[in-house]
Amino acid sequence: MKYQFQSGQELLQISNEEGISISEVMLRSEMEHSGRSKEDILEELMDNLQVMKRSIETGLSPENNNRGVFSGGDAIRMLRFAQNSHMGSSMAKTVAAAMAVAEVNASMGKIVAAPTAGASGILPAVLICCGREQQADDCTLCRGLLTAGAVGCIIAQNACIAGASGGCQAETGTAAAMAAAALTELSQGQPHTALHAAAMALKNCMGLICDPVGGLVECPCVKRNAIGAANALLSCDMALAGIESLIPFDEVVCAMGRVGQQMHPDFKETARGGLAATPTGQRLAEQCVYRR
Amino acid sequence: MKQFHLFDLIGPQMIGPSSSHTAGAARLGNVAWRLAEHQVRKAYVTLYGSFATTGAGHGTDRAIAAGLLGYPPEDERLRDSFALAKEQGCEITFQYSDEKRRHPNTAKITVERKDGATIELVGASIGGGSIEIQEINGMEVSFGCDYPTLLIFHYDRPGVIHSVIGVLAEKNINVAFMRVIRSSRHQRACMVIETDTSVESAVAAQIRTANPDIWEVCRL
Repeated sequence: MKYQFQSGQELLQISNEEGISISEVMLRSEMEHSGRSKEDILEELMDNLQVMKRSIETGLSPENNNRGVFSGGDAIRMLRFAQNSHMGSSMAKTVAAAMAVAEVNASMGKIVAAPTAGASGILPAVLICCGREQQADDCTLCRGLLTAGAVGCIIAQNACIAGASGGCQAETGTAAAMAAAALTELSQGQPHTALHAAAMALKNCMGLICDPVGGLVECPCVKRNAIGAANALLSCDMALAGIESLIPFDEVVCAMGRVGQQMHPDFKETARGGLAATPTGQRLAEQCVYRR
Repeated sequence: MKQFHLFDLIGPQMIGPSSSHTAGAARLGNVAWRLAEHQVRKAYVTLYGSFATTGAGHGTDRAIAAGLLGYPPEDERLRDSFALAKEQGCEITFQYSDEKRRHPNTAKITVERKDGATIELVGASIGGGSIEIQEINGMEVSFGCDYPTLLIFHYDRPGVIHSVIGVLAEKNINVAFMRVIRSSRHQRACMVIETDTSVESAVAAQIRTANPDIWEVCRL
């Protein structure tokens, strides 16, 4: 097994030795382990990409009347405000797209888990919105999904990606790291630059707890997808500017995993801590039991 | 230790909001539908633990209903499954229990088939959309439906396993995992066989008649 990797260091080593990008290592690794053809794998990625695109469109469509229990409509508000945004309209549009997917997810719409349903807005928003600005075609965006997958595999392998195991840092943090690395490669950044971007994205939200009101994937999840997308863009920009993560990617991943283990169970999707435990959070939770 | 691969991170496609409370729940309903030979006339569903308390908000009930109609977890009809069940004459009743089960996301589903026979299953959604079927008709089992699965209901008598395996060997079907559970000696028993390749309905029918002590074969 020539293309299997367990860490960022191993990934970079294969990439350097073969002279190939992170996305190409991921593609060959998947072919090697699954025995599937390149075309077959790219076709599945393309199919997932189309569902991702549709989930953004649905969430930003004024005709979409599907709502979650506590959420819906904020993605459109953000999009309409984009022209006046302090962070620039392209960043605001990306954030709106991330919220759109999270709202579609909350309203029982169709999404692609990346890496989970709760954090499913970040990667599509970053890849598709920024890809559009760079005039990237769908094949290039699928390359981005491969790069994101490589980073996600390393985090899942050495830490965790579920809110119930490691808090929100493990879900939206991983999604932001995946998106940051993908966008870096899409912007012609080197493989080690992509891992710096991923490391910074994880560092920026280390320790973030999972505290969903009423146990539902809505509050604060929709807004955590918003900040996750912004985090990914910022981390990518810092890395492309030549800023490095002082702590190497692999050590950041392990640190995140340990923080997740040390995190109190009240902060790991049990809806017993943080925002879920506030008076308003508790009142809203009582209202939504047995009701939708 | 589990090795993660590309599509563990980029996928699956699913109906939100939760892989455990929605996608996993739909899969549990879908297993019941397959046990009922793709035709559920009536179903009684009991939700336990976190399924009971946050299930309504996560659409757990609608997801199970969609599964009982045969829809997979990524089917967009999931949101409207209650109306569709009514339309198709499938009657589904939900109950919520605070009884403690082994896993917090547990459902008990009793389905009535077209021929009037009922089958009861208990299953849990164990995270990320994965499920574990824990009981079938009161017999303890444990399988995830990740492989083509055969359920063979039979009497606990010598030679029954031999007859089943004989058919599979003849058809060149490899057994990945197998377990035999019995209620008590010489009484009702159940074989759970997970295979690498799917088992055609003709092969299942051949197994059904391979031994007089076998009374039912279900393909999941």
